[in-house]
Formats: sequence, structure tokens, C-alpha cells
Amino acid sequence: MRIKLDAAHERFRDEVRGFLDKAVPADIRERCELGKRMTKDDYVRWQTILYKQGWVAPGWPKEHGGPGWTTLQRAIFDTELGATPAPPVIAFGVTMVGPVIIKFGSPAQKAHFLPRILKSEDWWCQGYSEPDAGSDLAGLKTRAVSDGDDYIVNGSKTWTTYAQYADMMFCLVRTGSDGKKQEGISFLLIDMHSPGVSVTPIVTIDGGAEINSVFFDNVRVPKANRIGEEGKGWTYAKYLLAHERTNIARVGLSTRLLRRLKEIAAQEQMDGRPLIEDPAFSSRIAAVEIDLMALEATVLRAVSGENAGKPPGPESSILKIKGSLIQEELTELMSEAAGVYALPYHPEWFEPGWNGETAGPAYAPALAPTYFNWRKVSIYGGSNEIQRNIIAKQMLGF
Amino acid sequence: MDLSFTEEQRLLAESVARFLEKEYAFEHRRAVASADPGFSRESWAQFAELGWLGIGTPEDQGGLGGGAVEHMIVMEGCGRHLVVEPYLSTVILGGGLLRRGGGSKTALLADLASGKLLLALAHGERKSRFDLAHVETSAEKSGKGFKLTGHKAVAFHAQLADRIIVSARTSGKTTDSTGITLFLVPRDAKGVTLLPYRTVDGLRAADVRLDGVTVEASAVLGAVDAGHDLVVAAVDEALVALSAEAVGAMAALFAQTREYLKTRKQFGVPIGSFQVLQHRLVDMFMALELARSTTEAAARALGDGDADYGRASAAAAKVQAGRQGRLVGQEAVQLHGGMGMTDELPIGHYFKRLTAIDTSFGNADWHQRRFAGLTAAS
Repeated sequence: MRIKLDAAHERFRDEVRGFLDKAVPADIRERCELGKRMTKDDYVRWQTILYKQGWVAPGWPKEHGGPGWTTLQRAIFDTELGATPAPPVIAFGVTMVGPVIIKFGSPAQKAHFLPRILKSEDWWCQGYSEPDAGSDLAGLKTRAVSDGDDYIVNGSKTWTTYAQYADMMFCLVRTGSDGKKQEGISFLLIDMHSPGVSVTPIVTIDGGAEINSVFFDNVRVPKANRIGEEGKGWTYAKYLLAHERTNIARVGLSTRLLRRLKEIAAQEQMDGRPLIEDPAFSSRIAAVEIDLMALEATVLRAVSGENAGKPPGPESSILKIKGSLIQEELTELMSEAAGVYALPYHPEWFEPGWNGETAGPAYAPALAPTYFNWRKVSIYGGSNEIQRNIIAKQMLGF
Repeated sequence: MDLSFTEEQRLLAESVARFLEKEYAFEHRRAVASADPGFSRESWAQFAELGWLGIGTPEDQGGLGGGAVEHMIVMEGCGRHLVVEPYLSTVILGGGLLRRGGGSKTALLADLASGKLLLALAHGERKSRFDLAHVETSAEKSGKGFKLTGHKAVAFHAQLADRIIVSARTSGKTTDSTGITLFLVPRDAKGVTLLPYRTVDGLRAADVRLDGVTVEASAVLGAVDAGHDLVVAAVDEALVALSAEAVGAMAALFAQTREYLKTRKQFGVPIGSFQVLQHRLVDMFMALELARSTTEAAARALGDGDADYGRASAAAAKVQAGRQGRLVGQEAVQLHGGMGMTDELPIGHYFKRLTAIDTSFGNADWHQRRFAGLTAAS
């Protein structure tokens, strides 16, 4: 059940939903509903459709190509977009590095990179985590040494989502080692096609390989590709993290997963009746649906009325924790709903164009791998334990 | 869209907070709850003066003409200060049923608003558990009136009430939703016997025995056979009000526990410096915020006019209040250690009230099941 808005915002929601429903190409919709892997082409096609509508960068100021929405309109849009059976807009360009370039970039950086992000001409990836710098991000070791108009970068990054598709990486590097470890970090924009950059896939527990290790071996990066001042990268990185957290609750995605869960539970049988009529299972669905309502109501509180226009604060850590737990519960219930047909593993089924036979219902092959894959959401972007530290420190005063 | 309070609601919230802060200290509550009659007539008169008792009463009958959001504001204050007065029984349930029953009964709303009339609802029975359609108590035609026979279970505040709203079956089978009729019965009517007691949270309730209680036809509230829908609608409002009370109690527990973690020292440091305790406090805080969001959304949903939406939202709020309330209550006791087990501290009293709230008018499991039924189609 969805929370009702006032008349003006119900109209806005209908308008957004009306467009998105029609705009998704049929083949993308079908594969997305089934939980198949989205290809680079799928992402770019969908982002281009949104770009032509003027909706690909809902959080950007109007002069840079944003739609000029309020924070509430943006939250409504994010939710409807997430509920649409289509790939998510890749966050690294639009919601992560984009706002940093807008806020801290040079005129030349803005003129070059921002239009290319909007048009999906550059695929961006994120160079934050390192093998020895995860939750302790400021402990990063990748070094950039000055050499005339360039830096020479050496080191490695890890967990880099879609590095295999990427044209550009925004990257935190160490340019100094004096003082606190947060000092001496700089924020570079690295061309992934540069000599010395190599990418190695990391296979995850679901059998996929969307994340990678990235290695830098004497990679030459022009100083013109540094954001702001040398040694101030931590400030820009923190600004980026605040922006990343606007759609952190992912109410839309969970709404779609809940709908799929109910569809699957209506088709599965238990005691000769649809599984969704089983009191124990339907009660578990109700529990997560009520949690999702609580989350959506909390998001609306955070973006409307007196909170409208405020930058997202530490309360977004609550949204991250609760939102991730709900997604994990939903993917787990979907996998459980399929019963034994959650077990056959058909890795080739995920690949586009594969039309072989699978055991069990058409919706089954993706369910267990998706459940396994989705354990990531309480780990990435600051684990739920780190989020609790943030709340304890910033909201509870510890 | 503005989800914050209107200016009038904000002023009401301020007045509730200011008054209870000043007049309703925990030791006052303890004294009132532990002596008969278990509430303070003086406090009740003050609530009337402040306009709280007439919030749901239409303006032309001396009330404020408010709704679920205003009731939520008062009930959150009641939760924060563990108010023992019969606000839920008299104003939310009693007032809600008088308004819905219509007819000459609405005239009583003025007495309710002025504090002269205390009401209680005697609906549940030994075998009904939380099912509002389950009524065995019978109302047989007797002359121009009715004769009521049956046993009502755990009627909150019944021993304080001037009149008790009793449901009884005028037709149909025990679990039929049609055939239930509501009667306004004076507490001292012949044939009414109360077994009064305290509940575990320090409030008052009674089992009500009806041994052939004769009432006039004019005692009927609403229409004959049509009581069920009135009760369901009034209980929906009670669910949101109880959820708001739970939010207030959770907020108090969270604040007191946070303070305790900052001041209580062990191993030479405040225990709040330990991450394992910080994270548990964060979970309490999240529980509070999520319950608050759902309660506010449900209060607005009740005023929306879409009955199914309001009903499912009220059920969702009660599930959150029940579950999160239990969690916050248990964690507050745990984080206070041995002190949390003592009667001396308010902590355990909040915990007990939150436990009672979950069980009142359907616990989290019950409303979760209802919610599943209400939303199966969507």
C-alpha cells in the first residue's frame, strides 16, 4: 500500500508514472522483471530516453540540465523511477561526481564533463575503496606524485562497480602524507583508457562479476583533471557522500520487489492453495509491507514541509539501514517463495540472447542469485554498522 | 505538500507539552495510580479547561472540531508522561461512538467536553480475543426496551465511567458482524456487576457482568443491529491514538536511556562510550522514528475519506507501535541494567505501558494479519 500525497503531488506522481510506464522498451522491461542482468547498452538506452525527457539528472540545478524540481518532487520521481521495471540510472555520473563537478569543478571541467554525463557519453566509476581502506576510507594508499602538469598515479582500487564499462573514474588519491590522514587526499578524474590502467573482475557469491579490482601502474593524469585544490579531496568526497544519500531508502525498488513477490506468491502453491493465502507467508509479506510504509512515511517527512530544501542530514543513515534491511528481506522472501525451484542454477540464463530451457517457472532462475547478490546493500556505501556510528555521533551526541 | 503541523496544531502540541511537563511529574503519576479511584478529577478538569476533552466535539457543541491529528498530539503527550486518566476510553472511544451514533446522543458530547461525563467501552469478551465481530452478550427484546445478559472482558476504565457503552447481540450468530447493537448503560444500573482491578501498567479496568440488565429503547446508540461498523470505526481511531501514546512513551524511554548512557560510568568511562551500547540505542531511535512516521501517516489517512486506506493505515501504525514499542521497552530496561528492573525508576513503568498498548485492541500479530487481508488485492 502506498502513502497518499496531496492533490498536486498525486498529479505529479501520475504524470511521472504515466511517462515511465510507456517509455521503457519492451525487451528491457521483460528482462528486468525476470531479474536478468542488464547490459551496458540497456543502461545507456534507458538513460538516453530519460535524458530526452529532461529527467536523467533530477537533482541537478536547472542551468546544468536539471528539471528544477523541489526535494519532494525529486523524491516522488526517484520512487516512481525505482518502481519502473528498468535498470537504475547509474549513480556514479549523475548523482555522485556530477554534483561535485557542479559545486567544485573548474569552468572547463563543467563544460566538458557535465553534458557528457547527461548524454551517457562517459560511463563513470568510483575509485574510493582500496584493499586496505574499506570502512576506514581515509586510510587509502593510492599515490599521485606531481610531474610537471601531470600526476603519476600508482596503486589499486577495489569493489569498483562496472569498471569494465567505464570511460572515467573519480578517484581519491594520496598527494601528501603530513598531518591527519584525511589531509593530503586529492580528488582526481582519471581516464580509464589511459595506459597503465588495468581492470580485473571480482566474481561475487551470486556468480556475477559486476565489481572489479582496478590497478594503476604509472598512470599519467593531467592536473587539469583534479577537482578543486590539492589536498582537499576529503571535503569533496564528503560532499559527494551526502549527495549519494538522497535516494538511499530506495522505496521505489522495494515497491517493485514487493509487487513481484506478491505475483510470485500468487503463482506458487501450498496445501493446494496459492502461497500468498498461507497465513504464515502472507503475514511475513504484510510485515515487510508495513515496514516499507514506515520507511516511505519517513522519507516523506524528511523531504516535505519545513525539511524541504535542506541538504540530507544524518537521518539519511536511518533510511539507509532500514531501506537495505527491507530490500534484503524482500529478495529473501522472493527466493523462499519459489521453493525448490530456487535451487537450479543456470548461469548462462542471465546473459542476454540466451534462450535455452530452464527448470521450473520462468521467474525462478534469478531469485536465489538476486537474494545472494542483495546482501551487498547493507555493506556498500558505508555498512549498516558505520551508519549506526554516524547516527550515534551526529544525532545522539556520542 | 506540508506534513508538518498547522499553526493551531503546533500550539496544541506546545500546550500539551508545557502543561504535562509542569503538572504531571512521574511521582504525581505514581501517587495517583496507586490510590483510588486511580485517576485525578483535578487533572481531568484541567484537561477540560485546556480543551483537550472536546477536540473531537463539533465547534457548535462547545468543542474544537478537530480530528485524528489533534488526538494524536494529545495522546503522544499522554504517552510521554504516562497519563492514567481515561482519555482513550472517554474521548477517543466514547466520543467517537457518540459522534457516529448520532441522534440525541450527540448532545452528550457537550458534557464529555466539559469533563462532566466519563465513558468506557465494554465490548470484548472472554472468547472474542481481538475480533470485534465476536459478541455473545445478548440483548433480548423486553417490553419497549431490551434485557442485556453476558460478560464483558477487560473493559478499560469501566469502574470510573458514569456510563458504559455495552455491545450486545440483537440478532445473528456469535461472530456475525451484523446484529450487534450498542447500548449506553449507567454504571450503577441494576444487574450490572463490575469486577474492578488494576492492569499491569497501573491503569484501571474491570470485567463487566450483565445479569438481565433492562434498558429503554432510548439507550440504543446508533441503530439496532448496526453497532459493529461504529465500533470498528471508533477502534480505528483508538488504534492510531494508542500508537501515538506508544510514540510518546518510546520518546521518553529513548531520551532517558540516552541520558543514562552518558552519565552512568563503569570501567572509568561513561557506558555510552561502548559501541555495542551505542548501536542498541541507535536501534531504539530508529524504532521510535519509524513508529512516529507510520502514526502520523495513519492519523492523516483517517481524515482522508477513503475508509479502506484509513483502516489499513491504522492497522499498520498499530503493528509498528506494538513491535517497536516492545523493542524500545525491552532495550530501555536492558540498557539500564539492574536499575531498569527497579520499581523506583520510571523505565519499567513505560515498558509495562508499552506492553499493555500492544495487547490493547489487537496486538501486532493480529493487525498484521488484518493488514494482509486488507491489502491482498493491491
